[in-house]
Amino acid sequence: MRREVPLIITGVVGITLIMSFFIPHTPFNRLEMLFTHWYQIVAAFAIVLGILNLLRVNLDKAYKRQKDWFFGLVVVASFLLIVIPGFLFSGGRSFQEPGTPFFQIYFYVYVPLMSTMFALLAFFVASASYRAFRARNKEATMLLLAAFFVMLGRVPIGYYLSSWLPENYQLAAVADWIMDFPQTAGQRAIMIGIALGIVSNSLRVILGLERAYIGGE
Amino acid sequence: MGVFLFLRKDMSKTRHLFFESKSTFFFLIFVLSLFFLFIPFSARAEETPEIEGETLQETEAPPAPPTDIVAKDTPNDAGNSITITWMKSEDDGAGRNNVMGYEILRSTVVDGEYEFIGNTTVGAQQFMDTDTKDKVEYFYKIKAITQVLSSISLPSRPAMSTQQWFNTDRINTLIAVLTISFAIFYFIRRARGGRKLYVRKIAGLEALNDAVGRATEMGKKVFYVPGIMDMNSMMTIAGITILGKVAQLTAEYETKLEVPTSRSMVMVSCRETVKEAYTNAGRPDAYNDDMIYYLTDDQFGFAAAVDGLFVREKPAAIFLQGHFFAESLILAETGNSINAIQIAGTAAVAQLPFFVAACDYTLIGEEFFAASAYLSEDPKLLGSIKGQDVGKFLFLLAILVGVIFATAGIFDLSKFFVTR
Amino acid sequence: MKFFETLLAIDRRIIFLLVAIAVTLPLFSKAILHIEVSPTVKAVYDAVESLPPGSKVLASFDYDPASAPELQPMALSFFRHCFSKDLKVIIIGLWPQGPVQANIALEDIFRDPEIKAKNLKYGEDYVNLGYMAGNEIVIQSMGSDIHTTFPVDYSGNRTSELPLMKGIKNFDNIDFVYNLSAGYPGTMEWVQFAVDRFHAILGAGNTAVQAPGMYPYVQTGQLVGVLGGMKGGAEYEIIAKRPARAVSYMFSQGVSHAVVVFFVIIGNLAFFATRGKKKESQEVGKK
Repeated sequence: MRREVPLIITGVVGITLIMSFFIPHTPFNRLEMLFTHWYQIVAAFAIVLGILNLLRVNLDKAYKRQKDWFFGLVVVASFLLIVIPGFLFSGGRSFQEPGTPFFQIYFYVYVPLMSTMFALLAFFVASASYRAFRARNKEATMLLLAAFFVMLGRVPIGYYLSSWLPENYQLAAVADWIMDFPQTAGQRAIMIGIALGIVSNSLRVILGLERAYIGGE
Repeated sequence: MGVFLFLRKDMSKTRHLFFESKSTFFFLIFVLSLFFLFIPFSARAEETPEIEGETLQETEAPPAPPTDIVAKDTPNDAGNSITITWMKSEDDGAGRNNVMGYEILRSTVVDGEYEFIGNTTVGAQQFMDTDTKDKVEYFYKIKAITQVLSSISLPSRPAMSTQQWFNTDRINTLIAVLTISFAIFYFIRRARGGRKLYVRKIAGLEALNDAVGRATEMGKKVFYVPGIMDMNSMMTIAGITILGKVAQLTAEYETKLEVPTSRSMVMVSCRETVKEAYTNAGRPDAYNDDMIYYLTDDQFGFAAAVDGLFVREKPAAIFLQGHFFAESLILAETGNSINAIQIAGTAAVAQLPFFVAACDYTLIGEEFFAASAYLSEDPKLLGSIKGQDVGKFLFLLAILVGVIFATAGIFDLSKFFVTR
Repeated sequence: MKFFETLLAIDRRIIFLLVAIAVTLPLFSKAILHIEVSPTVKAVYDAVESLPPGSKVLASFDYDPASAPELQPMALSFFRHCFSKDLKVIIIGLWPQGPVQANIALEDIFRDPEIKAKNLKYGEDYVNLGYMAGNEIVIQSMGSDIHTTFPVDYSGNRTSELPLMKGIKNFDNIDFVYNLSAGYPGTMEWVQFAVDRFHAILGAGNTAVQAPGMYPYVQTGQLVGVLGGMKGGAEYEIIAKRPARAVSYMFSQGVSHAVVVFFVIIGNLAFFATRGKKKESQEVGKK
């Protein structure tokens, strides 16, 4: 029953939701929202599981002085540093309001950290491009040329390099053409393939053919 | 029509259709004739300029009222909705060009009191009243408003909202779903019958064994990242399915496996999968819950944590299989910097170029979804891939036909593919 | 030849250093370079420009601080455009940090003397309805009734009591929807639900990575237009005749792109130079 019950629930819910897409009549019209709300409630409580696991693993690591135990303490301390002010020191206001300690931590710690992580992409793109854009064969050469045109066409330097050319042959125009046509065509093709893959995978999950995600074979 | 009926000698059919008494019938025909002949001409005269404001300049005049008010049950919905359309006022964007918007008024009685239920901007010709009770008749009037004056239309015919059992706008989707599903079921059935199905080699999946083998030889760990989204994403489920196969290999080869997760439910699901895989491989003792752990829901917090783990633990093989966003390149480049063999798989189109550039193998889109079937070699699952291919063939055919028609200037066919 | 082999095996930290210099140094320059406005950005600008004063605009902030460098300039220039045209702005967020980013943008824009002079009032000229969990279900729910979906605003006031929200029921009463998106839920969900089901008029701002995925929707008319990345933000500032942050960052972006292209070129030169040598040594080996 441990595997059968989840499979039955999956099948019934899956088929019902597919039907509700085509049947606007009550109660089908409410099912999508109802199941989404149920899922959100479960996910919200599941966060507690994750937090408890995080605290347990890291405190355990620190207690047993395992490898990198200090980082475990940093994780727990950071967690408490944000949660306690958020819950206890908002002075009756919403914890997200400007001026609260939580907002100060958000604005002066969290925002710069997130921006920094995102900014790392600039460096990684450069190193990945240096390594990947080699004209090894015809296809790689075409990729390289497309990258060349788009990278320069999307910045003002492209204009200065090619302003002497007729308008339709300037780097910006070529970059726009690449984005509008070959790139869009490729995106559409991959999107169609992905959609079909999702349909097939979803059918396998609904019919119970695919069970690995619940520990089945 | 009223005159025609009035003059018609043989009234038997009409009477049979409508009335019992001859005199009542003729009287009503006469009244209807008046209605159809005279009232439309006076409609324009029934402009009821409602004067607002204390003074009225002699040059100001109320705008022309909207006309042709049509109220109908909103189709393909769960009721409680009526759609009202109208021809906009002649002074909306033309004429005096002083219309600022429209107010929608409603009543349950044609000559009763009308209440305000909403407004629209200038130029609008449609409004949806989503506050109706089903099976109750409503009448609507539209008021064109300027800065100080307004004029009101004739009432619409009565309309009632009802629920529909089938959304006819989605019939094209239903046909597509049924066709593709039928193809999938057909090939699953054929595969069950023992017929061998050919599926081309997918390099990334062929390399799974090699990647885990490499980690075993080097005595290093295997890291598996199942994406950053929750269980409601199909990519996460596909990623967890592949995790089962990888876990079976690590159990057989006695290689250490670590699975950092970004969502609690994914953590729980991964634990079930890995535990089962280790049990199937005959190594339940080698399984430990702490192999799969939760880090954080935050995208870049997760990326930072996993990067730190990569750099400190230096795994020999990294699997990035699931739903990723901007952190994909950060993870892949860090993995590349520690010389790990990386096999990525995702259907997030925007992240595919990063994985292709930074990883050794990438499962692109549908290859990623086909992985579980491919790895299991189960005929039933392979049959579903075949059915998927039929769907793709039909799409290709539709695109080809569409291109030919569009080149010939025929665009009507594309309307069939619009989904609402 | 050894030089080319060294180039091929160059430490990535040298690349990082050069990219850091390429990004940082131009920031000290006040140079404003020529920026061509693309049709997709112009379409968004024209759509907002054509709205008469008093029109209702719904702005959905679906991003977090990580994407703020790209999307925040778009938010600022959009707010400036709306407020200068006396449009009424309703802010929501499908990401938890979205409404916070919106408030940060509002604080920023209210420092502009032109906007400050308008003495805009919360509740009458703009509202922030805050974040609502549910992703695309929220959009679907707004198609029926925005008040039910957002019963209170960001500060806890009842939505029905806000003067701006009176008379606004669903997308029928919204003249333009503007979505700033960095992932999921985002522009794709707005197209699938708000545009396809409720016929909303939608313009979008996306990160540079996401923007290419939106072009199919622009081509089909489901999206009025899309602002892609920092350049999209800069183009909007140019067409609105108020060059600001995004425009000033374009010089830095241009130089960094040029540096990456330079690396790609020398990488290929090194590749071809060493490939010739490898072929020679293979042939010698075979002999």
